[in-house]
Amino acid sequence: MLTLRLYMAQRLSALIMAPLTLGHLAVMIYAVQGGVSVAEILERTQGSLAWFLFYGSFVVAVAVHAAIGLRVIMFELCGLKGVMLTLFGWLVFAILLGLGGRAVWAVTFVGGGL
Amino acid sequence: MIRPHRTHALWFAFMLHRVSGIGLALFLPVHFYMLALALTDPQQLDGFLKFTDLLLVKCAEFGLVFLLAVHMFGGLRLMALEFLPWTPRQKTYAATAVALAFFVSTSFFLQAL
Amino acid sequence: MRGSEEFLDVSIWRQQDGDGHFETFQVPRRDNQTILDVVVWVQQQADPTLSYRYACRVGMCGSCAMMVNGAPRWTCRTHVQKVAKGNRVEIAPLRNLPVIKDLAVDMDPFFDKWVAADAVFEPSQTRNDPMAPITPDDPMRIAASEAIECINCGICYAACDVVASNPDYLGPAALNRAWSLVNDSRDAGQEARLDAVSQGGGCHNCHAQQGCVRHCPNELNPTASISGLKRATAKSIFGWGA
Repeated sequence: MLTLRLYMAQRLSALIMAPLTLGHLAVMIYAVQGGVSVAEILERTQGSLAWFLFYGSFVVAVAVHAAIGLRVIMFELCGLKGVMLTLFGWLVFAILLGLGGRAVWAVTFVGGGL
Repeated sequence: MIRPHRTHALWFAFMLHRVSGIGLALFLPVHFYMLALALTDPQQLDGFLKFTDLLLVKCAEFGLVFLLAVHMFGGLRLMALEFLPWTPRQKTYAATAVALAFFVSTSFFLQAL
Repeated sequence: MRGSEEFLDVSIWRQQDGDGHFETFQVPRRDNQTILDVVVWVQQQADPTLSYRYACRVGMCGSCAMMVNGAPRWTCRTHVQKVAKGNRVEIAPLRNLPVIKDLAVDMDPFFDKWVAADAVFEPSQTRNDPMAPITPDDPMRIAASEAIECINCGICYAACDVVASNPDYLGPAALNRAWSLVNDSRDAGQEARLDAVSQGGGCHNCHAQQGCVRHCPNELNPTASISGLKRATAKSIFGWGA
């Protein structure tokens, strides 16, 4: 169930993601020409502030958007309410932000493996 | 549940939007985890990327891009409905949204073959 | 042809204090028969204990709204030949509302939500002030007029899946009325109204499935009204508009 704030966060994150998604699709269509390997990806993305910002903002937006979207579904289909519902939303947000942030870092951080 | 009141195009658009959203939400953590392997285990990631050359995986990718395109165009349609001046041509918009989604994912598929 | 009379297989929901069930009746088929005719026949000729509501029987009052083969309709305006599956018809009380008895539902929650959505006119002037000069081509007046023909029959409320899954959701009718008042330039309660429709059961829960649009017998568009409320509440965050 949505209040005005959650609704606006959902819509704003969606608007932010529209151009980012189209960009990502274009990059992917281009990148998978002739197969793709880690080396090919990293030589383009490592050390790049632009890619970091691009995919970083994508991750933040999708974490917000998916958390709110799943919150609505949990409420409508499973009847989850109150504190449990809020915790669920924050959990989804944390997982996507954490894993996504890690992935962005992995691909743009200069210096290779740990 | 009651079926007859749901047999219209806009209900399907809603259901498609919801299902594609769930699919994407389940896919993303896996996607992020795989990418982060570039940091911790690049060889495993390389192996996985070669695996994506398989036709079956390409088909799965087509499905994913379809879900993404459907979800995005469906969402944009919804926001147009909400925020732009209302015109009663929603069925046309819904159809166009799915058509565009098909187009995007098909071009992805064709490029990748 | 007198000898070969056709019969309808009518399943009617029966409920009194607790769980209900469908009961079947054989109802003689007639030309131009409506579902209300069927229900009236059952109560008058077969089972006088059947409870149901109607009033005008000419499609003006909305009292006879019921679920007919799964879709919410005015039974007085529903011809049997249009909805019967072969000769089978299923009649049930309106969805999403508590059942009092058989086909009669409790409309209290529907009207309580009307009030909770602040879909109530708040005057800004008295009888001593001059009349408000609103012309028919005023855009706000046009928007209000498009939403104003609601007779509170409850069909949109029954058709809405969000109402079914969210007990707090105010519903298409209440929100539609709230929107018509948002467009009433004589009204003084806009801030409170926008607040009322922004809570956990407010307009932002609408998924635009448009079951309401599909089933409204007055051809109203609650989804468009709710979208209007979404725009108005969004603007109010940024301090734009009233």
